[in-house]
Amino acid sequence: MLGLNKKDTLLFWIVAGMALLAPFLLNPFPEGSSLAQMFNAGYPDLMQRFVIFGILVIGFNILFGLTGYLSFGHAAFLGIGSYSAVWMFKLVGMNVIPAILLAMIVSGIFALLIGYVSLRRSGIYFSILTLAIAQMCYNMAYSVLGNPASNFNLTNGETGLQLSLDDARVLGESVTADGALPVTNFFGLAMRSSYQMDVGGWLFTFNVGYYLSAIIMLISFYVSIRIFRSPFGMMLRAVKSNQQRMNYTGLNTRPYILAAFVISGIYAGLAGGLLSSMDPLAGAERMHWTASGEIVIMAILGGVGTLIGPVLGAGFNEYFKNILSKINDQVLHDWLAFMPDGIENAMVGFLHYFVGKGWHLTLGIMFMLVIIFLPGGLVEGGQRIANKFGRKKNSDETKQTPAE
Amino acid sequence: MSTSNFTRRGVLKSGAIAGAGVALPTIFTASSAAAYMNEPTGSTVTFGFNVPQTGAYADEGADELRAYELAVEHLNGGGDAGMMNTFSSKALKGNGILGKKVEFVTGDTQTKSDAARASAKSMIEKDGAVMITGGSSSGVAIAVQGLCQEAGVIFMAGLTHSNDTTGKDKKANGFRHFFNGYMSAAALAPVLKNLYGTDRNAYHLTADYTWGWTQEESIAAATEAMGWNTVNKVRTPLASTDFSSYIAPVLNSGADVLVLNHYGGNMVNSLTNAVQFGLRDKVVNGKNFEIVVPLYSRLMAKGAGENVKGIHGSTNWHWSLTDEGSKAFVKSFGEKYGFPPSQAAHTVYCQTMLYADAAERAGTFNPCGIAEALEGFEFDGLGNGPTLYRADDHQCFKDVLVVRGKENPTSEFDLLEVVEVTPRGQVEYAPDHPMFAGGNLGTCNAG
Repeated sequence: MLGLNKKDTLLFWIVAGMALLAPFLLNPFPEGSSLAQMFNAGYPDLMQRFVIFGILVIGFNILFGLTGYLSFGHAAFLGIGSYSAVWMFKLVGMNVIPAILLAMIVSGIFALLIGYVSLRRSGIYFSILTLAIAQMCYNMAYSVLGNPASNFNLTNGETGLQLSLDDARVLGESVTADGALPVTNFFGLAMRSSYQMDVGGWLFTFNVGYYLSAIIMLISFYVSIRIFRSPFGMMLRAVKSNQQRMNYTGLNTRPYILAAFVISGIYAGLAGGLLSSMDPLAGAERMHWTASGEIVIMAILGGVGTLIGPVLGAGFNEYFKNILSKINDQVLHDWLAFMPDGIENAMVGFLHYFVGKGWHLTLGIMFMLVIIFLPGGLVEGGQRIANKFGRKKNSDETKQTPAE
Repeated sequence: MSTSNFTRRGVLKSGAIAGAGVALPTIFTASSAAAYMNEPTGSTVTFGFNVPQTGAYADEGADELRAYELAVEHLNGGGDAGMMNTFSSKALKGNGILGKKVEFVTGDTQTKSDAARASAKSMIEKDGAVMITGGSSSGVAIAVQGLCQEAGVIFMAGLTHSNDTTGKDKKANGFRHFFNGYMSAAALAPVLKNLYGTDRNAYHLTADYTWGWTQEESIAAATEAMGWNTVNKVRTPLASTDFSSYIAPVLNSGADVLVLNHYGGNMVNSLTNAVQFGLRDKVVNGKNFEIVVPLYSRLMAKGAGENVKGIHGSTNWHWSLTDEGSKAFVKSFGEKYGFPPSQAAHTVYCQTMLYADAAERAGTFNPCGIAEALEGFEFDGLGNGPTLYRADDHQCFKDVLVVRGKENPTSEFDLLEVVEVTPRGQVEYAPDHPMFAGGNLGTCNAG
């Protein structure tokens, strides 16, 4: 269908099914139960994050998965996209489409400039260059361009760029009739509005912003499949396997890599624009190098060079980040109430280091386990399970070669 | 490679599925029937405590969380009821709020605007929090206050000292009990004048975000008005942990006063660096070199240890105050945790009580009802003397304490001594004061 072979079509529909049915899949526990309190992830903000970071990592995977160029500064494009979108909301209007388009254009231009400079080197030097440039962007956004006292306040520094009642918004209204800030919308359909469905004890939330992001994610996913299967994608893979040999055959590989870099930069800008559309505030923190690192982690966690891996990795990372950081001692006491007091307190004291502010630690341990036992990421885990229980298919065809 | 199979059937089929997918969210756009955002319908009401558990302000965040838990305990009728006994409004009965038991969820702001907003959003969307409170950084407080305004819940600001929180970034759904940079400057300036005279050269080191900027502006304006000269203002990133590279230039600048517009871990490190560089033993222009920390807290004094002795600053509240409210609070906090509360703990405890009391008086959790109950509310018995929640900008007005690092501490908690209680009248300002101008409260949003 639509130029995809049978296997890719299936994959696409799996992702589409997961994305469109996410409100059901992510709320497995009935509302009000203690498990729901912690593990249900079917609320708009987190669902939006799943798909938006999915887009980001799908784009990153086009660069890292196909060409093997490890960009350590991808968060810069995310931030640039976010700021562009918020400026669009401030100056033009609250429709998300122009904001997202501007985010893609601006981040594309930045990607072209940064890529042109940093792609002169490869390997570790390329990674360091992108890291350095991204940190420069971060510092510019954090302090140089963000001082309200100066006349050139582009980013509003640490507080983050946010909307205010006296913004211009030439194609919209600065203030709504009842004196509030207008909300981001898709031709009148507010991103924030959602429909809640009560089924028995379950409560499912269908959010407009989520579905818009999910549909854009599916389009991005489709484009990514087409790139993977195209002659252009083939060329990128060739660069990964042996760039020198490519050069010796008289072929200039730089334009190809630059194109891949720009495409993945545009993906990141798109993700940034969507983030701002869902919540119109852009903070400098999302450009920090730790944010770039997180993108790399998500890609590796899911499975580099595979199609569905980025989506899984992004979901996995966001889920645990949001869920673990909200578990506090009180919750642990509730869970372990069945134990004798002494043991309960000892257990809570021990687990205390892994939840709440210790979520980094738990996520780090999980990441290490995945890397050690499943070097191909979560996708490899899925394949192993499938191979064990599934029919013995033509294994050559089903296996996607994981990179690294 | 590409397999094109655009059959009529295939296109129809996929078109139908895609159409259904697109239509799915759009057929339901009506929002639920509740009268306002997160209206508590069961027997409980949920608060969201959003505090920094990591980052430069983690100590303050941990203390805030303790105070929140204590406040919830008192509201639900547990413990000795603390300041509920001394509070001038007697609406609270110790049976929860409006008969509903108070529950809470916690989150980590990481001292970052983005993370704080994500955490607050999940509290509102997932946990059904009807009020968000916390923050130990003004940048975060302003970002979360904006979110609460948009989402339609009340934001009771915790420790945020920037003029902007109730100045140019003020919001109808946001309320602040804590004092601000302007008040610190107004309280400190006369004391500094008496101590160090009118002929001084001040050098500012400032945390590079909204709080630092506005406090620097306030202090510089107040000290220049009494004749001081401002030599230089240097901005330092909030995430810095080593300030030696910023301290060295102070030595050669000709300044004889260093103003540290730093808070929490930043101040602990910068003050320690300054003392290590021997600034306090220096004599410049024939005068002893002095250090001023405009916003002080006991937690910082504890972190900086010996170095704080004799250093002046201002604070919102201190546990050594002897009014009934402070004594009751220190007693119940001390019994629960074994040490006295910090000013951060005090302000968030007060904010929780004030919110609960407003809900009880308004008879609803509707943000607009609560805002109405809080605006222009005058109260006493929460440790700061008679206090007013001004309707124009949702800022509390109360006495400000000028404190000094104690020379001979009697215990590990007895680190600061109150030099002067600056009366409320001296730190008040007009709502349209230039340092606070440019904002718009807007109208209350009930979601």
